[in-house]
Amino acid sequence: MATVPLAHHFRTPAQQHHAALLGMWMFLITEVLLFGAVFLGYVVYRANPALHGGFVAASEHLGQSVFGFEHVPFLGAFNTVILLGSSFTMALAVRAAQVGNQSSLVRNLGLTMILGTIFLGIKAYEYHHDWDIGLIPGFKFDKAAWAGTGVDARHVELFFVFYFVLTGLHAIHMFIGMGLLGVLWVRSRMGRFGREYYTPIELAGLYWHFVDVVWIFLYPLLYLIRH
Amino acid sequence: MSAASHTHEQSFVSKYVFSQDHKIIGIQFLFTSMIFLFLGGLLALGVRTQLGWPDAEIPVIGKWLFGGSAGGKMPPDYYNMLFTMHATVMIFFVIIPWLTGAFGNFTIPLMIGAPDMAFPVLNMLSYWFMWPAFIIMLVSFFCFGGAASSGWTSYPTISSLGLAPGNGTASHASQGSGMGQILWLTSLTFVGISSMMGSVNYVTTIINMRAPGMTFFRMPMTVWAMFITAILQAMALPVLTVALIFQLLDKTIGTTFFLPPAGATIGNWTSGPGGGQTILWQHLFWFYSHPAVYIMILPAMGMVSDILATFGRKPLFGYRPMVLAIAGIAGLGFIVWGHHMFQSGMDPRLGTGFMLATIMIALPSAVKVFNWLGTTWNAKIEFTTPMLNALAFVGMFVIGGLSGIFMAATPVDMYFHNTYFIVAHIHYVLFMSSIFGIFAGVYYWYPKMFGRMMNETWGKIHFAITFVSANAAFYPMHLVGMAGQPRRYAMPVDAPSMEHLQGLNTWISVWAIIMGFAQFIFVANVFISLFAGKKATRNPWKANTLEWGTPSPPGHGNFEKEPLVVRGPYEYSGPESLPGEDYAPQAPNLDVPEAVPAHAH
Repeated sequence: MATVPLAHHFRTPAQQHHAALLGMWMFLITEVLLFGAVFLGYVVYRANPALHGGFVAASEHLGQSVFGFEHVPFLGAFNTVILLGSSFTMALAVRAAQVGNQSSLVRNLGLTMILGTIFLGIKAYEYHHDWDIGLIPGFKFDKAAWAGTGVDARHVELFFVFYFVLTGLHAIHMFIGMGLLGVLWVRSRMGRFGREYYTPIELAGLYWHFVDVVWIFLYPLLYLIRH
Repeated sequence: MSAASHTHEQSFVSKYVFSQDHKIIGIQFLFTSMIFLFLGGLLALGVRTQLGWPDAEIPVIGKWLFGGSAGGKMPPDYYNMLFTMHATVMIFFVIIPWLTGAFGNFTIPLMIGAPDMAFPVLNMLSYWFMWPAFIIMLVSFFCFGGAASSGWTSYPTISSLGLAPGNGTASHASQGSGMGQILWLTSLTFVGISSMMGSVNYVTTIINMRAPGMTFFRMPMTVWAMFITAILQAMALPVLTVALIFQLLDKTIGTTFFLPPAGATIGNWTSGPGGGQTILWQHLFWFYSHPAVYIMILPAMGMVSDILATFGRKPLFGYRPMVLAIAGIAGLGFIVWGHHMFQSGMDPRLGTGFMLATIMIALPSAVKVFNWLGTTWNAKIEFTTPMLNALAFVGMFVIGGLSGIFMAATPVDMYFHNTYFIVAHIHYVLFMSSIFGIFAGVYYWYPKMFGRMMNETWGKIHFAITFVSANAAFYPMHLVGMAGQPRRYAMPVDAPSMEHLQGLNTWISVWAIIMGFAQFIFVANVFISLFAGKKATRNPWKANTLEWGTPSPPGHGNFEKEPLVVRGPYEYSGPESLPGEDYAPQAPNLDVPEAVPAHAH
């Protein structure tokens, strides 16, 4: 059964647990502000009448029809479902750790990682597609494709800068989360967690849900709105 | 729980270099901040040399620094770099790490009765993440075009124009806004990561690690100030980080976050059209940097409150209003950033809102000043060195606060904004207040940090010279500012209407040099006292707060037994005082008779 490593400066395991949770919440507050500033920049520019046309045209580009779905950003929608599913398995993993269900913990952590990998794979496919058709600002941006469409290619480029900064920042967080989950998965298989000690699982859960919530804002703002 | 049972032998590296002990980390921050204070001071003297003796040949080092072609004179680009880097170093590498890194780390666990910070490893990382920042910033002085030179505010487009093809690592906008600016942005990103780690740690520690009986309203003002400062930092810094990343992208891969639709044209070079707005940078930057000015003053306010009560031998006047005032200043601090941007063409109705919110800050600030005066009123003041510095803080903060109201009012600010008046204001607040607060804190906690007293006589001499020379140097800046002398110009008085200001500028420079050299007294006092200072007792100032119930210096784990807090921090000269004394320690169970010196333990 899992034992509780109590650091010398804490009085009780409960205090240590609460400190860790509080620290994670504080960290997530700083993360909200980090993403918040990028969202702010995006919203300010999107609301700017001068840039509006370019932004709308660019975001329609994210909704290219795949598998015959018109006007539905299919890959983004699919990824949203995948990520919500991973949050569900993550919540199950935390619950499993709390009640000491070893096999369920390992299984749900594994499922979360698989779903996370699918998400990142689809994201990579989307990036790859953007590269192919020349939508990468600063590296491979096909200005000529926008000639004659009535929108300024520079404005489309600015939209894609926001797109890559936001989704890239999100993807970096996903990678970090996957790394955390990998470590926890190995340690769970070694039987390190249980009813007595599940703080790291809970922290990873908080982090994973946060990353999920960021995507919940990101998806409609980038993919769905058409105005 | 006893600390003794946890003491274990540590190697030199894990004890003093990659230390996880909050006290050592605090001392590490203290010494690195002192090194950068020296660098920042040198840069300031460079600025004053040019302003005091414009376009003069600089003796000895001029030939070596500026080469033969410049004739040993300071080129204007170099002057731009000096004032930019002076502000950057002083703000990000001296005042913030000194107040929050050094004092925050050292005092918080000791004053709340905790054996250490909640996350010691994170604490260590927050110090070592400063080093990439230090190194990158120092390297930037030697890169092509010199260090960043578009002001510490780094307004686009002068700072953000990219590295044009065929122009190497030089930017078209100005000399230092090529590679130097890129390194500046990178360095500050590391500062942001470090501060984020620190603030997460401070908030968690203060909420979670308080000793039994240490309720929120028994915490000393220092801890309250650090707590609120950490919240400010946690909520403001990520926004700056985003702004820095945006500008970094603008400069490297040629995005147009801060390039206006019409683009920029310099000489016969043009950037091509952009799609963004320069004003977005100002909003993001000041959303961080206005709270940052409170990050740079609130911890000093907290420390000064404690020091005034200790040496006034009186309870702090209005403890709860003081706490609320700090919270009020911090809360208002988030909605006033627009007062830095009155000139940006913002809607006057919006400007009025920012003006009113800014002037409202005078209310909690006045509460604090009146409470400090109330604390010293009729007190039997002991004029020790920390007390003198703390009293100077109060007086100088009044001047700095009053001149701040000029900047808060839109119509007055329109006239003053780019003059030396604003330089006078910021130095009254950041030098005369924050730095005097820092000095007070160093003299006050030095015995607890190192187990020895600093020299009182030299401390008083240092204080007297600094106080006189700082006022002599900074006060006339109000006058030249009101007369219209612009800031950030290498030759501000090079016009017939301005020539009469040269004499005053030379006067300022002379006093600035005296002030600079006076700081060597402080440095010598700090270093010599390490070995030659009088051995400190556990409680040399007869103060109430918990840290004075530990040995000087405290061992790993801080307290010999867990403190049981029974009263607030300011019960001086009251009925509960120890027999024959005028103070009542917060945790009487820590009390050891004064006759037993610390080193006997």
